[in-house]
Amino acid sequence: MADSITLQVTRYRPEEESEPTIQEYDVPLGRQWSVLDGLNYVKDQIDGTLSFRWSCRMGICGSCGMTVNGEPKLTCGAFLTDYAPGPVRVEPLANFPVIRDLVVEIGDFIRKLPSVQPWIVREEERPVSEGEYLQTPEELDDYQQYSMCINCMLCYAACPVYGLDPEFMGPAAIALAQRYNLDSRDEGSRERLDVLIEHEGIWGCTFVGECTAVCPKGVDPAGAIQRYKLTAATETLKSFLLPRGAR
Amino acid sequence: MTASHDVLLIGGGGAGLRAAIAVAETNPELSVAVVSKVYPMRSHTVSAEGGAAGVIADDDTLDEHAYDTISGSDWLCDQDAVEAFVQEAPEELLRLEHWGCPWSREPDGRVAVRPFGGMKNMRTWFAADKTGFHMLHTLFQTSLKYDGVRRYDEWFVTKLLVDDGRVHGVVAVELMSGRIEAITAKTVILCTGGCGRVFPFTTNANIKTGDGMSLAYRAGAPLKDMEFVQYHPTGLPFTGILITEAARAEGGWLLNKDGYRYLQDYDLGKPDPHPVLRSMELGPRDRLSQAFEHEVEKGRTTDTPYGPIVHLDLRHLGAKVIDTKLPFVRELCLQYQNIDPVQELVPVRPVVHYMMGGVHTDIDGATPLGGLYAAGEVACVSINGANRLGSNSLPECLVFGARAGRAAAQYAAEAGEPPSAVQAQAEDERRRLERTLADRAGGGERISTIRSEMQQVMEDSAGIYRSQDSLAKGADQLAQLQERFRVADLDDRSRTFNTELTAMLELQAMLDVAETMVQSALRREESRGAHQRTDFPARDDARFLAHSLVHRNPDGSCRVEYLPVTMTRWPPGERVYGR
Ligand SMILES: Cc1cc2nc3c(=O)[nH]c(=O)nc-3n(C[C@H](O)[C@H](O)[C@H](O)COP(=O)(O)OP(=O)(O)OC[C@H]3O[C@@H](n4cnc5c(N)ncnc54)[C@H](O)[C@@H]3O)c2cc1C
Ligand code: SF4
Ligand code: FES
Repeated sequence: MADSITLQVTRYRPEEESEPTIQEYDVPLGRQWSVLDGLNYVKDQIDGTLSFRWSCRMGICGSCGMTVNGEPKLTCGAFLTDYAPGPVRVEPLANFPVIRDLVVEIGDFIRKLPSVQPWIVREEERPVSEGEYLQTPEELDDYQQYSMCINCMLCYAACPVYGLDPEFMGPAAIALAQRYNLDSRDEGSRERLDVLIEHEGIWGCTFVGECTAVCPKGVDPAGAIQRYKLTAATETLKSFLLPRGAR
Repeated sequence: MTASHDVLLIGGGGAGLRAAIAVAETNPELSVAVVSKVYPMRSHTVSAEGGAAGVIADDDTLDEHAYDTISGSDWLCDQDAVEAFVQEAPEELLRLEHWGCPWSREPDGRVAVRPFGGMKNMRTWFAADKTGFHMLHTLFQTSLKYDGVRRYDEWFVTKLLVDDGRVHGVVAVELMSGRIEAITAKTVILCTGGCGRVFPFTTNANIKTGDGMSLAYRAGAPLKDMEFVQYHPTGLPFTGILITEAARAEGGWLLNKDGYRYLQDYDLGKPDPHPVLRSMELGPRDRLSQAFEHEVEKGRTTDTPYGPIVHLDLRHLGAKVIDTKLPFVRELCLQYQNIDPVQELVPVRPVVHYMMGGVHTDIDGATPLGGLYAAGEVACVSINGANRLGSNSLPECLVFGARAGRAAAQYAAEAGEPPSAVQAQAEDERRRLERTLADRAGGGERISTIRSEMQQVMEDSAGIYRSQDSLAKGADQLAQLQERFRVADLDDRSRTFNTELTAMLELQAMLDVAETMVQSALRREESRGAHQRTDFPARDDARFLAHSLVHRNPDGSCRVEYLPVTMTRWPPGERVYGR
C-alpha cells in the first residue's frame, strides 16, 4: 500500500477570490487516519490557511460534516484507507452557502429549529418535587431513534427538496418535531402539526429517502416525515368533521 | 456596535445553558446572552458518555454520596460545597427529566441508575452511554423556549473587560466575519469548560483549551488546585477516545498482558466475577491510572506503536447488555479501533480527561473579581478536590450552573451600567488582535509546532507521576516556549473564519494554563489524589490540606498561595477501596 494519499480540497477565500478553486495536498496514509486527520495534517504541517470545523473527533458533536468523494460524511468517521489509492475529493456540504473553504453557513437550520418547538409542551407542569414522569422502556423506544440527531446537517446536504426549496423545514427539524410528538411526556403535537402544515413543511418531501441513507446516527428522518404525513393527512380530514375544541 | 446585556454567559455547554435558563427563570426582565466559540450543541458536554450522579434510590443517602465524593477527592474538596451539591443534584436531574431528557428507565417507568467508580451505591443516572449528548441537546432545545436568551454562536471571547476590580463585559471575535466587538455586561459567567488539550493524549475535544481559565487569570482572578489533572484509565490508544467507566460498571474487567486482573495487586480488593462497588475496576480513577503505571514498570503491559496498553474485557457481558447499555462503546470500538468488544479485547491506556482545578469560586460561583462568576469544568468550587469521581461533573454543571445563574441575576439587578473606561480597553484589545493578524509575517514558527512541544513537555513533566526534577525542567521549557510563541507565525491573515488565529489564541491560553499547573505542582510537596510526587510519596495534611491559589503577577510570573479546605462533618481519613 502506498504511504501517502492525495486530498483534493475545495478552497474558497472570499476576501481574495470570487470563485472556489481546488488545491491538492499529499498526506500520510495512516492506518487509522480519518479524513479529518488528513485535513489536520494539512493545517498543522503544510498550509495553515485551510479552514474547516471540527471538535470531538468521535462522531458526536456534529461539526465536521463535508462532502467526501461526492457523499456527505462526518470526516472524523470516514477513513483514508477506505478511499485508497485516492485521490480523495473533499468539498463543503452541498445546499448551504459557503463561508470559506470547507465551512458552510447553517444559520437557516438554526433559525428554523425553534419553530418546531423542540421542547416538552405540557398543559400543566408537574412540580419537580413530585418526582419524575414515569416512562417505560417501551415508551422510550417510541421516540429514542429520533432523539439521536447530532445536527450534523448531512441530511440537508443530501436532500433534493431542500436544495430546491430553502423554505422546506428539512429532515432533521421534522425528525426532531417527531421526537417530541412521540414522547409520552409531551402534549404539544397539535401545535407542532399546525406549524408543519402551515409552512409547506412535510408536503414538500417527495420521499426520496436520501436523508436516511446518509444519516450517520440511524435517525431515519425519512421515516419520521412519512409518519408525519400520515398523521397530518388524517388530522386534516378530522378537522373537517369536528370543531377544534372537540379534539 | 457595542452590544450590552445584563448577564453574559461565556460558553454554551452544560453549565452555560443551565445558567442561562436559571437567569431567565429568576428574572425574565434581564437581558441574557450566551457567547460560544462553537454552536452550543457542539460543546464538549456532548461527548460525555457514562452518566450523572444524584441520589434517588430508596437505599441510598445524601451522606453516602457526600462521603464517596469527599474520600474520592482525598479530602481536598470543600465539604459545604459537597453538601450543597449532593442535596441539589437529584433535583437538577429531575428537572432535566421534566425538560425531556431521555433517561434510561426501569421496567416500571422510573429512572434507572447504574454503578460508577468510587461510588458505594447505585446513583448514576444515564441515557444509555450518550448521557452528555442527551443532556446537552435537552438543555439546548429547552433554552430555545426562552425568548429572552440571545445567542452569539461562533463568537470567540479574547478578553474580559475589567475596571476597578470589576468585570464589565468581554471583547469577542465573530468568526464568520472577523468582526471584533465589545459586548458589555453587568455580570459575566464563565462556563468555558476544561483544558485537556494542554496534554498530547486526551479524551477532550479540540475546543478544550482552557480559554476561560486564562481569561480569568489575566483579569486578576486566581486559579485553584491547578496541579490536579485527572487521567481516565481507559482511552483508546491512537485517538484517546474515551471508553466510558460505565463499561466497567456494567462488569468489564481490566487485564494485563497475562490476562490477569492486575488491580487486585494494588489494594483495590479481590476479583469477583461481578462488579463490586468501590472495588477493583470500580475503584477511583487516580488509583487505577497509577496502577497502570506500575504494571508498565513491571513489564506486564503490551507494547504498541502508540505506547503500552492493557485490555478491557467486555466479552462476558454478551451482545445484549453491550447493545442496550453500551451501544456507543461498541460503535466507537468498531469505528476507531476496528474491533468488536462482543468478541474481542479492547486495548486501552490512561488518558488525560478532566481538570479538577479551575477558576476559584465560592459556593454560588462568585469569583473574587466583582461581577465575574464561573461554573462547570472551568470553575473550582471545589467538589472534586484532588480527584473527581466519575459522573459527578455533569451534575456539577447543573447544580453550580444554576447557582451561578441565580446569583448573577441578583447581582445584575443591582449593578450599574459599565463605565466608559472599558470602551478604551476594548479599543486596545481590538488593536492587539489586528496587529496579531498584520504583523505575524514570515520567519517564525508554526503554531502547531509550539503546541505539540508544549503538550510533550506537560506529559513528561506533569504526568501521572511527577517530581521536583521533572517539574522544574518543565517550567524552564514552558518559559522558552512562551518566548518562541511571541514570535510565532500565522499563514492566515484573512478575517473570514480564520481558524489559525483562533488556534493561536487558544495556544496562548494553554501556555498560561500549563504554567499554572506546573508551578502549583512544584510547590505541592506531597502526594494526594491525582497529584503524585515520586519525591514526596505520602499525603501531608499538616502542610497541604489546603487549596493552592495561583495569581498572576503584573510581570506575568505567578504567585502561589494556600487557602484552607472547608470541613463540616468528615475529618480526613484513609481512602479505603475494596476492603
Ligand atoms: C469524553 C468525555 C466523557 C465524559 N463523561 C462524563 C460522564 O459520563 N459523567 C460526568 O459527570 N462527566 C463526564 N465528563 C466530564 C464532563 O463532560 C465535563 O466536565 C462537562 O461536560 C463540562 O461542561 P462545561 O459546560 O463546563 O463545558 P463544555 O461543555 O466544554 O462547554 C464549554 C463551552 O465554552 C465555550 N467556550 C470556550 N472557550 C470559549 C471562548 N474563548 N469564547 C467563546 N466561547 C468559548 C465553548 O464553545 C463551549 O460552548 C466527560 C468528559 C469527557 C471528555
Ligand atoms: S438526522 Fe442524521 S443526518 Fe440529519 S442532522 Fe440529524 S444526525 Fe445528521
Ligand atoms: S468532529 Fe465531532 S462529529 Fe466529527
